[in-house]
Order: sequence, then C-alpha cells, then structure tokens
Amino acid sequence: MELTTFWFIIIAVLWIGYLVLEGFDFGVGMLMGVLAKNDLERRVLLNTMGPIWDGNEVWLLVAGGATFAAFPEWYATLFSGFYIPLFLILIALIVRAVGIEFRGKRPEASWKRRWDAAIIFGSTIPALLWGVALANIVRGVPIDADKEYAGTFFDLLNPYALLGGLVTLTVFLVHGAVFVSLKTVGDIRERATVLALRVGPVAAVLAVAFIVWTGFDQGQFAVWLFGALAAAAFVAALTSGIFNREGIAFALTSLTIGFFAIMLFVGLFPDVMPSSLDPAWNLTTINAASTHFTLVIMTWVALIFTPIVIGYQSWSYWVFRKRIGTHHIPTEVLAK
Amino acid sequence: MLINFAMGVATGIVQEFQFGMNWSDYSRFVGDIFGAPLAIEGLLAFFLESTFLGLWIFGWDRLKPGVHLATIWIAATGTLLSAYFILAANSFMQHPVGFTFNADKGRAELTDFAAVLTNKVTLVTFPHTIVACFMVGGAFVAGISMWHLIRHPQRDADAFLTALRLGAVTLLVAGLGTVVTGDMQGKVMTEVQPMKMAAAEALYTTAQPAPFSLLTIGTLDGSEEVYKLEVPKLLSYLATGDFNGKVQGINELQAAYETKYGPGSYTPNIPVTYWTFRAMITVGGLAMIAGAWMLWATRRRHLPTSRWMLRTAIVLPFLPLLGNSFGWIFTEMGRQPWVVFGLMPTSAGVSPGVSATEVAISLIGFTLLYGVLAVVEFKLLLKYIKAGLPDVDTSPRTDDDTDAPLAFAY
Repeated sequence: MELTTFWFIIIAVLWIGYLVLEGFDFGVGMLMGVLAKNDLERRVLLNTMGPIWDGNEVWLLVAGGATFAAFPEWYATLFSGFYIPLFLILIALIVRAVGIEFRGKRPEASWKRRWDAAIIFGSTIPALLWGVALANIVRGVPIDADKEYAGTFFDLLNPYALLGGLVTLTVFLVHGAVFVSLKTVGDIRERATVLALRVGPVAAVLAVAFIVWTGFDQGQFAVWLFGALAAAAFVAALTSGIFNREGIAFALTSLTIGFFAIMLFVGLFPDVMPSSLDPAWNLTTINAASTHFTLVIMTWVALIFTPIVIGYQSWSYWVFRKRIGTHHIPTEVLAK
Repeated sequence: MLINFAMGVATGIVQEFQFGMNWSDYSRFVGDIFGAPLAIEGLLAFFLESTFLGLWIFGWDRLKPGVHLATIWIAATGTLLSAYFILAANSFMQHPVGFTFNADKGRAELTDFAAVLTNKVTLVTFPHTIVACFMVGGAFVAGISMWHLIRHPQRDADAFLTALRLGAVTLLVAGLGTVVTGDMQGKVMTEVQPMKMAAAEALYTTAQPAPFSLLTIGTLDGSEEVYKLEVPKLLSYLATGDFNGKVQGINELQAAYETKYGPGSYTPNIPVTYWTFRAMITVGGLAMIAGAWMLWATRRRHLPTSRWMLRTAIVLPFLPLLGNSFGWIFTEMGRQPWVVFGLMPTSAGVSPGVSATEVAISLIGFTLLYGVLAVVEFKLLLKYIKAGLPDVDTSPRTDDDTDAPLAFAY
C-alpha cells in the first residue's frame, strides 16, 4: 500500500475515534438541558463523562495535527476555507470546556445556569457543524487552481451539508442518551432510554435520507455498503434499547457512527478535498501529501504510539466503569 | 491548577487550528517539517496529559495510592514532552535546519528529522522555558502561602510555611537555572540570529568590545539616543563568551541581509525588542529577590507580619508570568520580518483566501471571549485562594462500598 493511502486511513481512524468518543459527550452536554430535572441530576450527567471527555477531545487535536503533518495542503485549504465554521466550533469548544470545569466551582444557581447554557451551546454547535463540514468535504467545495477555497461561508450551508449536520446532531444525541443509560442508575437511566428511543426514529429517518443521497452522489458500491451497515447498526441499537440492553445498544451506536464515517471517507478517496469547480483542481492523497520521508517517520511514530494510547485510554474507561447515580454526588466543593 | 487547566485546554485547540486558518501559505510551505512535531505532540503528550490528569482528578477512590500518585507524574511527563515538541517546531522558525528547499513545489522539505529535534536552538530554549515555568509555579505557591501566613496566621500556618519555603526555594533554584540557560541561549542567538541580539540591545553600530545597555532613553522611533546607562564589555561577554568579543550592529546586519535577500527592511521593531528584553530580565530578577527575602524572613520558621511583605506576596505570582510573556514577545518580535528566519517573510505566510473581515471577526471574537474568561478565572482563583486549604477526610475508605459518594465530582 502507498504510504499516502495508509495516512488517509490513519486520518479516517482518528476522525472515527473522535466522532464516536466526543459524539457521546456532545450528546451528554446537549442532554443537560432536557434530561436532567435538577442540579443534582445535571451533576450526574456531567460526571458520567467527567474523567474522560478531555481525552476524547484530544482525538480531534491529533486528527488536525496528523492532517498537517501528512497532508499539509489539505490542512491549509480546509482550515482556511472553513474559517467561520471552525471559528464557531472553537468558540463552542472553549466555552464548553470552561463550563464543564467551572460550573461546580461556585454554589450560586445563577452561576450554574450560565455555565449550563455554555455547555449546552458548546455541545450543540460542534455536533451540528462537524456534520456540515464533513458533508461539504465529501460533496466538494469551490477550490481554485491555487488550491484555495474560492467560496463563501454561505456556500457551506447547502441542503446536503445541512442534512449532514442534522444527522450528526441527532445521532450524537441518541448516542449520548444511550451512554447515560449505560452509566447511570435510577430514574435518570430510565428517562435516558425513553429519550433515546424517542429521538432515535427521527435520527434514523435523517440518516437514511443522507445515506441514500450520498450513495447516489458517489455511486460506489462500498459507499452503499457502509451506508447500509450504518443504518442497520442504528436500527439494531434502537432495538437493543427497547430491551434495555444498554451495553449492546452503546456498542451499536458507536458502530453506527464508525460505519457512517467510513462511508464518508470511502466516498472521498482518493481525493481528500474535491473541487466543485474543476476536477483537475481536486486535492488528492497524492498532490496534498508530505514527502515520502516525512510519511515514513510519521508511520513509525503512529505504529508505535497509537496502540499505547488506545491501551491506556481503554484502561481509564475501565477504571471509571461503574454506574453513578444521584447518591454518588458529593456535596459542593466550596459551599461557603 | 484545574481552574487554570481548563483555560489551557481550551486555548490549546485554537493554537492547533490557527496555523491552517490564518497561516495557510505558511502551513503549505513548512507542513512537511513543522507538522510532524505538532502531530507527535498530540499523540505522545496531549493524550498522556488529558487521560492521566482525568485519572488523577477522579481516581482518588478508584486507584491504589501508588498508582494514583503515578498518574500525576505521568501527566507531568506529558507536559514536558509537549513543551519539547512544540519548542522544536518553534525553533525551526527561529533557525531552520534539516531541510531542503524544493523549488518545484515551492516548499521546504524534511531531510533530517534528528537535526530538527536536536536543533541547537531547541536544546537551549527547552531548558530555559522549563525552568522559567518552574519559576511561575514556585512564585504562585510562595506568594499565596505568604499571603495566608500574614492575613490568617492562625489558619494552617504550619502547612503554609512549608509550602512557602518549598515555593521560594523552587523559585530561586529555577531562577538561577533561568539565568544560566538564558545566557547559553543568548550565545546561540548571537550565532544564528545576530539581528535579534543587536535588536535586544538596540546596538546600531558594530562594537568590540560591546557594552551592555542598562537603560537608554531615546527618541520614540529608536533611531537616536538621548541618555544611556551601560556596563562596559558586558554585552560582548553575554553574546560571545569573551569580554572583548565583537558584536555586530543593526546597520551592518541590515546591509548584509540586503545583499543576501534583496532590498527591504530586515530590522525588527527596536523599541519593542529592547524593552521586552529588559522587562523580562527585570521582572525575573525581582521575583528572585522576593523569593530570597521570603526565605530570609521565615528562617527558623519565623512568621513575618510586615505590610511590605504582604504587598510583595500579592505581586510575586505575576512577576515570572510577565517575564515569560515578555520573553515570548521578545523572541517572536525579534525574528521579524521573518516567520521562518531567512526563508519566509511573515507577510507571505498568511491565508490568501481569508478576508480581512473574517480575520477581524475571529480576532475580536477571541479577544472578547478571552477577556471575559480571564476576568472570570481571576475572580474564581481569588475566591479559592482566600478559602485556603480544604478539610481532607483521611479516614480509610472501604473499597466495596459502591454507594459511597465519589471522591471528586464536577
């Protein structure tokens, strides 16, 4: 296999890791507004992802860094072209991270309300915009002969991309609700399952519409295949939800997101950012790549360290495997 | 620490994205070399820091004490790795090594990765940055402990006294380390970026031996001096290690660069480099004096009460923080007009497809957000500092008590 192809796969894997992991913690963040009835329950929700959300977010940073190292032209065109959406995502991720850390640092209700709003906003915006961004990458955007993005912000808000955004938004919401049902005990666990089953059909309809649209756009068999697998996994996840098999349901929503992302990346390959103006101006795994020498070094680093990272991150999930409920939440840190 | 960490995490993502967002031509030009240390930083360091810090914060009742202690050491190792790789990337901008220029593709390409990682600028900048960060840590602990000792001498005096002395010793040792590594760094800088050294000193004409300027009052554009105070021969020693060494001046370097790179200005903003260099050294020195005074004042576990000591305690945490900021402003401004020294002017690195309006939106947006968050964070830190030490429950916990509250929760 060409090293450029190998790095395309690595970047796809990093995105899958990011979407599956931060997907559920975006879902948990959004649920702060609808699922929890009081402060104690909001704290339960927050603490289901407390020890792990930050590690989940690193998948995004590494996906960005790996794109920079392996495909500098892709990194440069994508990040400068999607300037305003990425700016909004950054603002959202900042207020979300600060909100998660700061909300419990003062006892006042107004203080907590404000940070709850920050967490909900900061989880919803990226959940929507990552779908918009990925759909645009696969669909193709105006890229000129100099590899520069030649469109405007509003070109990115086309129906296909917006549908993609709604898919990630709703699927992450379901994924997050299933995660909460897996990680909690008591009343909140049951309500999370009910919510997942209620939003689930909406997400399924949106996702199937998007998958069919992508299938006709791209035309390859593999796109249809992975699209079908994603849809099947999602239906199976909702079915497991009905029978209260939360662990299986969570594995299946994770698979759904994984297959969904594979579908997008398979549709994209061998381009990394097709141009909607002229196919000759497409960025591909070949013309956007770093030198062979750089890719060799990066390959060694990735082959050695990725398994180690996956190992200790899995261990941290194992350490915090216990379900939590309202009785596990200690009193305020600084209640004076 | 966690109050700060939230801000660090949040603002770190911006750094990783902004090369592509605002500096796309720079990214295309250096990506083959510069991208690798950034990606490695993420893979090796960010994962370690975030995962093990999570384990440390939430793991008090989930891990054995030894394992729990190990997690914070691993997280700290992650921060060191992170610093090394990001400084290796920055050092390439100061002193590009291990590459060739590919004229066909119009980009710099990696030829020797070991050379990039062992760039002589990295080797001196890494220790300088690390000890300067230890100064910040030491100053925070010492300043806050001293404040408590004077304001609430009855509350936890013993713990705060120990913390104070630990903080002050760290500050002093790290301060000495900063001086030594800074001196090494100055000599490397003179060798690879002589213009930056000349700009630090506002040395216009080449001198042998060169005096170190303590203070110069000049015209605002820095072209003429009105009053100066200097130490003879000191600059020669700082720059070359020899009291009679020759230090090149700005005018001569400017002429040499014009011959080499073509017409244009190759001189950084002199008032900025001159004053940030002095400000960095001054606040660092003041922090060390404050640390030494605190150690002296608490000898034989004596509790100080003086009003001046209280004021010093309040100011101290800011001093190394300011010193680090001045140092970074100096080293980045001193590299101008280059983004990659000798290879790419800063003006050529920007994103051609991003409009001025978009840049303005993001710049104003981030500035406002950071401003608001800085105020919120500062108030929160003050609240926690004033609250003092929490009561720690040291009673042994039973492992199988599944209904016990979590040891830490948001």
